[in-house]
Amino acid sequence: MTVAMGEVTPDMAVEHGLTSDEYALILKLLNRPPNLTELGIFSVMWSEHCSYKSSRRWLKQLPTEAPWVIQGPGENAGVIDIGDGLAAIFKMESHNHPSFIEPYQGAATGVGGILRDVFTMGARPIANLNALRFGAPDHPKTRHLVAGVVAGIGGYGNCVGVPTVGGETNFHPAYNGNILVNAMTVGLAAADRIFYSAAAGPGNPVVYVGSKTGRDGIHGATMASAEFGEGSEEKRPTVQVGDPFTEKLLIEACLELMATDAIIAIQDMGAAGLTSSSVEMADKGGCGIELDLDHVPCRETGMSAYEIMLSESQERMLMVLRPGREDAARAIFEKWELDFAVIGQVTDSGHLVLRKDGAVVADIRVGPLVDQAPNYDRPWTSTPTASEADAADFPLPDAAERVLERLLASPDLASKAWIYEQYDSQVMADTAAGPGLDEGGDAAVVRIHGTSRALAMTTDCTPRYCRADPERGGAQAVAEAWRNLTAAGAKPLAITDNMNFGNPEKPAIMGQFVGAIQGMKNACQVLDFPVVSGNVSLYNETDGEAILPTPAIGGVGLIDDIGQHMTPRLKRAGETLMLIGETNGHLGCSIYLQQLFGEERHRPPPVSPASERRNGNLVRRLIIRGLVSAVHDLSDGGLYVALAEMAIAGQIGADLEVPDDLPLQAWLFGEDQARYLVSTTEPGEVEARAEAAGVPCRAVGRTGGDALTLNGANAISLDTLRAAHESFLPELMARAR
Amino acid sequence: MKSCVIVFPGSNCDRDLATALALVTGTAPMMVWHRETALPDVDLIGVPGGFSYGDYLRCGAVAAQSPVMPAVAEAAKRGVRVLGICNGFQVLTEIGLLPGILMRNQELCFIGKAIELKVKKEGSSFTSSYEDDTQIRLPIAHHDGNYFADDETLDRLEGEGLVAFRYVDNPNGSQRNIAGIVNPERTVLGLMPHPERAVDPALGPTDGRPLFDGLMQALS
Repeated sequence: MTVAMGEVTPDMAVEHGLTSDEYALILKLLNRPPNLTELGIFSVMWSEHCSYKSSRRWLKQLPTEAPWVIQGPGENAGVIDIGDGLAAIFKMESHNHPSFIEPYQGAATGVGGILRDVFTMGARPIANLNALRFGAPDHPKTRHLVAGVVAGIGGYGNCVGVPTVGGETNFHPAYNGNILVNAMTVGLAAADRIFYSAAAGPGNPVVYVGSKTGRDGIHGATMASAEFGEGSEEKRPTVQVGDPFTEKLLIEACLELMATDAIIAIQDMGAAGLTSSSVEMADKGGCGIELDLDHVPCRETGMSAYEIMLSESQERMLMVLRPGREDAARAIFEKWELDFAVIGQVTDSGHLVLRKDGAVVADIRVGPLVDQAPNYDRPWTSTPTASEADAADFPLPDAAERVLERLLASPDLASKAWIYEQYDSQVMADTAAGPGLDEGGDAAVVRIHGTSRALAMTTDCTPRYCRADPERGGAQAVAEAWRNLTAAGAKPLAITDNMNFGNPEKPAIMGQFVGAIQGMKNACQVLDFPVVSGNVSLYNETDGEAILPTPAIGGVGLIDDIGQHMTPRLKRAGETLMLIGETNGHLGCSIYLQQLFGEERHRPPPVSPASERRNGNLVRRLIIRGLVSAVHDLSDGGLYVALAEMAIAGQIGADLEVPDDLPLQAWLFGEDQARYLVSTTEPGEVEARAEAAGVPCRAVGRTGGDALTLNGANAISLDTLRAAHESFLPELMARAR
Repeated sequence: MKSCVIVFPGSNCDRDLATALALVTGTAPMMVWHRETALPDVDLIGVPGGFSYGDYLRCGAVAAQSPVMPAVAEAAKRGVRVLGICNGFQVLTEIGLLPGILMRNQELCFIGKAIELKVKKEGSSFTSSYEDDTQIRLPIAHHDGNYFADDETLDRLEGEGLVAFRYVDNPNGSQRNIAGIVNPERTVLGLMPHPERAVDPALGPTDGRPLFDGLMQALS
């Protein structure tokens, strides 16, 4: 077979982000120089984004198995068995680089992409979550980015009709030049109707459905695999444009076709578009694919093979159908007014062969393209162990209740209502607990449609912990996700991870990655909380400044009776508040030190997955037994902040006891892990059960009134606290107009 | 009570409305694809929320041109009850079954949250199961819920008792706090809030339920 040749030089390989060694390997694999289309295909398939070349060997260390795992990492999304013949399918994915360059479309297409990953596998998406990190609030770009990202997430999710039920938002100067937009989708499918991407059956038709292919998003994957510098905004043409209406039609059409037996394999066209979808389908099936690019529906005329293969136009899918089912499938897509085209066939050659205008324009062996992709063992150095903070060095600078007021108004702890009120969190009419603590909880709770069971879901990470101590930070992110699901009354089942880091070619950054993986691994193992899907986003650096290491964790758990799901808002006055878990007053890397002393260099709190498991299992039993009326996990801001959040949400005050065995600031604001604050009318029973389980537990106060007090003094009204909590974002964003 | 729900490409509250109708009436409604030109024999037609045709043009404007809409208008003329929620309300104003128009929210942002409403009975079966002047809480989720009509129309709506739902704390800039209106015959209701999301105690408050109960009583 003769392949059309073009003038490809080693310089062009460098422009495509390939190293000279990588280019040499391409020459060896092809036994000839590639043409431009082939160079483009290698460059995107071997980009960090698609090949995981710096992270692969480390990701392998994460636990991925449990009896309830149906599909772990390696497919479009992870799949877990949730009983009654149903499966939950979920994944989190980053759209960081595009969202910084063009926040509305970057975030919107992030949502669109993760939705496709989930419904590609046969699931109806039932919920979206978003983990967002922005730069310092006063950075000149921050407000523009917040406004654009939030509008983009809402614009896509609201239209497509999947509720946005939760997430998290942090602000930190380390994200000034690289924001993080991590989007998570959870879907539901019949456990015996999961769709995979492995192509099979030589001669079977390869079918393209969805939107037409345009010139947008070319080199998106390559852009996401490099640092930013001056002029990054000029990369705007590499950002795709989303069309949620078409995505909605695509969901309905695909699910309608999936109800038949027409589909052998299906794969969405995400990063690297038609290239990665066709290569992955062929590779997973151990076969070849032949495509005639003249049949690809194009938005504009005169598109080259290179452009068609590298376009990242949105809302497109590639399928292998059973022979003879083309017409039935076409009728469904025509009903939904979507493009449908047979563009090729499965072969037994093991090659990806592309034709255009009658000529072969690319011919690459699929196996080596995937297997021989670079797999680097990057040098790494451990993050030096940080020093412990001594509470005595950081006395309260003001009355405790004034410090609380300041912390509640601080960027990370302030209410995010300005954000989530731009999302439809209720569409599909199964949301039992959405975003925010007034009507939501530590985790979002979404009913499994037509049943009395529910899924709980959350996203978590404390990036400042991860920078000070990557291993503790990685473990804490997993533990907090597990704890948040538990606090909602769910049994935690599995996680998806979104690993956001700087430039892996720097040993210190690679060391952060390695440390975080180590911490996650230990926590996942002890908590029986396997990783079933994930995504890695590296090179989050601008002008050499890296982001905080941010291994964002998306957790999913199961609630057997939706009537038993738990929320943090106080329900009744006169109840006893009980603190579950051990309190040592660990102030290192706390929000208290960050906000009042500008310090986040100390060692974060230790994480004991065994204690997490023991304490959390007790709390879940208390919830199921109906022994508690409100539960909140303790995290950023510690005990005092958690109590304030419960009180504000429930519009019921409380008095908190102050013990004399700890400095006041350590008691109130320490961030020791594995802790929950619960409200109960049966403190004796709670205490007895805790003692039997070997879990530290003590009464720490009572609910009632319309203020928070400490040993009856230091009163601060709930109205004052609510005003502080709700002021930050509206005031920040009002300045943007 | 026999009912149907119209489904446009981009409708996304069609299933929610069908689920609520099935819960209250005990019978699942028929789902009618927008390309149909005739409707089944029903007592109630639901026009659901969502983003019909993506709402890339003025909201509801394309759906108003859908093949099924002449049949909806004709049925409404015969007195068949029509309930338009959110995008459905927008569609009903576009085909002229209800006066006025829904403009972009005053703050130009999508608003998704629970809000307080005042209900006026005024002899409509849509509100017959509510106490008159009662205050209820329903979710809203829209980008274009800012009700606008000329003063003459607004005076007529108020004078004839056609404003069924009013915002207590106006979230979107609607004229005279209007959240939902009926036609003079009180057989067609359009409203921006989502009563179909507030019928199931497993999910929270059920202030939307009386709307369906009232219809059930009138039409069964």
